[in-house]
Amino acid sequence: MERPAAEPGAQPRANGCSGAAHGALRNGYVRGLPAPDTQIHHIVHNGGLYKKPFNEAFEETPMLVAVLTYVGYGVLTLFGYLRDFLRQWKIEKCQNATEREEQKDFVPLYQDFENFYTRNLYMRIRDSWNRPICSVPGAKVDMMERVSHDYNWTFMYTGRVIKDIINMGSYNYLGFAQNTGACQEAAAKVLSQYGAGVCSTRQEMGNLDKHEELEKLIARFLGVESAMAYGMGFATNSMNIPALVGKGCLILSDELNHASLVLGARLSGATIRIFKHNNMQSLEKLLKDAIVHGQPRTRRPWKKILILVEGIYSMEGSIVRLPEVIALKKKYKSYLYLDEAHSIGALGPSGRGVVEYFGLNPEDVDVMMGTFTKSFGAAGGYIGGKKELIDYLRTYSHSAVYAASLSPPVVEQIITSMKCIMGEDGSTFGKECVQQLAENTRYFRRRLKEMGFIIYGNEDSPVVPLMLYMPAKIGAFGREMLKRNIGVVVVGFPATPIIESRARFCLSAAHTKEILDTSLC
Amino acid sequence: MAAAVGVGQQWVLVEMVQAFYEAPAYHLILEGILILWIIRLLFSKTYKLQERSDLTPKEKEELIEEWQPEPLVPPVSKDHPALNYNIVSGPPTHKITVNDKECINFASFNFLGLLDNEKVKNAAQASLKKYGVGTCGPRGFYGTFDVHLELEERLAKFMRTEEAIIYSYGFATIASAIPAYSKRGDIVFVDEAACFAIQKGLQASRSNIKLFKHNDMVDLERLLKEQESEDQKNPRKARVTRRFIVVEGLYMNTGDVCPLPELIKLKYKYKVRIFLEESLSFGVLGEHGRGITEHFGINIDDIDLISANMENSLASIGGFCCGRSFVIDHQRLSGQGYCFSASLPPLLAAAAIEALNIMEDNPDIFQTLQGKCKRIHRALQGISGLKLVGESFSPALHLQLEESCGSRENDVKLLKRVVDY
Repeated sequence: MERPAAEPGAQPRANGCSGAAHGALRNGYVRGLPAPDTQIHHIVHNGGLYKKPFNEAFEETPMLVAVLTYVGYGVLTLFGYLRDFLRQWKIEKCQNATEREEQKDFVPLYQDFENFYTRNLYMRIRDSWNRPICSVPGAKVDMMERVSHDYNWTFMYTGRVIKDIINMGSYNYLGFAQNTGACQEAAAKVLSQYGAGVCSTRQEMGNLDKHEELEKLIARFLGVESAMAYGMGFATNSMNIPALVGKGCLILSDELNHASLVLGARLSGATIRIFKHNNMQSLEKLLKDAIVHGQPRTRRPWKKILILVEGIYSMEGSIVRLPEVIALKKKYKSYLYLDEAHSIGALGPSGRGVVEYFGLNPEDVDVMMGTFTKSFGAAGGYIGGKKELIDYLRTYSHSAVYAASLSPPVVEQIITSMKCIMGEDGSTFGKECVQQLAENTRYFRRRLKEMGFIIYGNEDSPVVPLMLYMPAKIGAFGREMLKRNIGVVVVGFPATPIIESRARFCLSAAHTKEILDTSLC
Repeated sequence: MAAAVGVGQQWVLVEMVQAFYEAPAYHLILEGILILWIIRLLFSKTYKLQERSDLTPKEKEELIEEWQPEPLVPPVSKDHPALNYNIVSGPPTHKITVNDKECINFASFNFLGLLDNEKVKNAAQASLKKYGVGTCGPRGFYGTFDVHLELEERLAKFMRTEEAIIYSYGFATIASAIPAYSKRGDIVFVDEAACFAIQKGLQASRSNIKLFKHNDMVDLERLLKEQESEDQKNPRKARVTRRFIVVEGLYMNTGDVCPLPELIKLKYKYKVRIFLEESLSFGVLGEHGRGITEHFGINIDDIDLISANMENSLASIGGFCCGRSFVIDHQRLSGQGYCFSASLPPLLAAAAIEALNIMEDNPDIFQTLQGKCKRIHRALQGISGLKLVGESFSPALHLQLEESCGSRENDVKLLKRVVDY
């Protein structure tokens, strides 16, 4: 994926906003002047670690928009208190479920304040989430229509199905979520042969020959010595980090790491320190301080230091600065745990993830973790690395000992799709998908920037967050897009900081140019 | 516009200077002294109470050079028993091919034999043709399929509760359900023999954990009484700390059931909520397979939350929680394994629905299962040197050595020889 050589000439474009359009207010997005505020990172000064320009842009929130957002939330909070007051005095009907009569004198299960946000703000726009679909989650989906007569407290399904909604919400990066084709046929065969479930843990009778085949294939795909597969991506993180580090070790994790990484780090019992998102100076400072000062009170040296980063951060769309992280890791003798949940299959000229995107050696990363849910259209997670690491995990990982292994048709889907991406099934379908995804990404981002929206994240990441900021816009955007038959994902607090709510587009190789054009207009 | 701002600033300055002239003298002198004092404080050298030697950069470099971390993983011996997995070729049903040797399968949790059932497989095939394999998203973002909603409704109806919620992995079910309700500062009373998933859930919840001896209601009551007397010392805190009892229907580690009727009595006496984990007893105990509540004939509304995984009797993958809407609805926003993880593949959900259909249509398979369990239990009783642990109607039994050989390693080796034979 080489950039065209016209890069220096196109400098104003790479600055995050094209200079051609004026500061016209479009849909209320105040587009300020980009130059002073945006943080553009051109890595020429970093000593040639990066082979390609690394363009990330996180425009600062314009001041007016921030103020208006706070005002909006303030109004909503006031109304929330008012409604609570009315509900308490029974002037308004209380519509959420209540405690049993016999258990009324028990300690209340939920504090009133915990659910304040849920009751008052979330309920208003609840129809943007949990939308049920009834077809394969490809480029277009069919959605079940639902209406609510009491302002989203309950939903009723009308029984009608809205067909052919453009799907910009599912994590279907390479378009493998299909119900026809080679993958599906292979999975069907395995299903009739092996059954759907496994009914046993990995260490007991759950290790089918299919699992062995899968693990060898993963190791070949990633370029590591060996690999191990687990039944659930979330569980992979939360059960293997405790097996690797324990008390007396240090974990340095990025600010915006996923809940599974945070849970795994907490369960391990190690000390956790957080560095600012993708900020290498902050990481280096923490590393230096940690080694020099040792453990907090006893001053003994740390047993191990583990750095937890993700390949692509799903809420920001940013890519980790892997060359710098690896340089730091080597200098300070720590270990690197890379979570490629979103980036495997989506980045890199042949889809092998962020390590290939930067042109680095996969053996530099100590633990490469990823999931099969996003690009491979299946479920589950994997960990790849050196043979000693994987052997150790086979014996000590909580998941291998206590949790069920992958289901056989899912395994078959992963095997077929991985072979397809690697090109081993004889066609170039995999390569075409990867290239199509890259083209779609570039095209979509460029068009959105031209239209004047504020987009976060790296130029090459297929996750495109579009900033919305105002709470009212979250609901309105979701509903308006649905009216035009486009399904998007809107995210607000608490997954993002309170003033930075956004709509997130997930591009896919299955999207053709026409689909993208329709959604842009 | 710049000029207007300038004039405005000047105007304010003029006012300031005027105020300066009109102020009383003592005011000015006081302010002057204050300013001089501040300047002195700012520029004076601060002295530290203790002599602290800050490390020079060179010393820091040396420390960094010297530091040697442990290897990422400790080396594992080559003949560790868990390292060489048994490779199973073919479906793990009643007859299973392990390491190319055909054996009768006593090791899978395939209690109702639904793993190889044709109807279940056909339902899964139909779903595969319609939806593909994966769901490509968590439940909140276009990962909710109509099969998920249908499965939740069917489970709720089957268990006769208001609502049910599905997780995509059995282990994650109870490990996400407990931290959703019990936070730091709450108190949980747990049986000693609770399974690993419960232990992880408790660890993630950061609550105070009080263990009571396995199935020992006297011990539990003692702990509850202690808690009550502590509450009386601090009633304000007691009003907000939640209390839970977490038990399993059929314990995986020992094979016996929990005494549920006594637990219910304790619940109302001491006002604690009960979370019941029914992974092994769902689809096994009770007339219709509804689990331990049916086995003991208890009203299911008395239990606050029932959690089970579908990997044992239902021969699928995943787990579910069921109970009243008041309790279950909370997990839709705060259950970590629900919100932050992809949803269950639809073919597995369809397989589970079909398995539920079979369970509802043929209630006599539960009797068959129990009869077989009793037979095996009787047959295994008389072996010398080995002790059978577990209830007679439990499908999961433990064979323990009557006397230990002395060291744990020898015990494990002996048991392995028994297994390998």
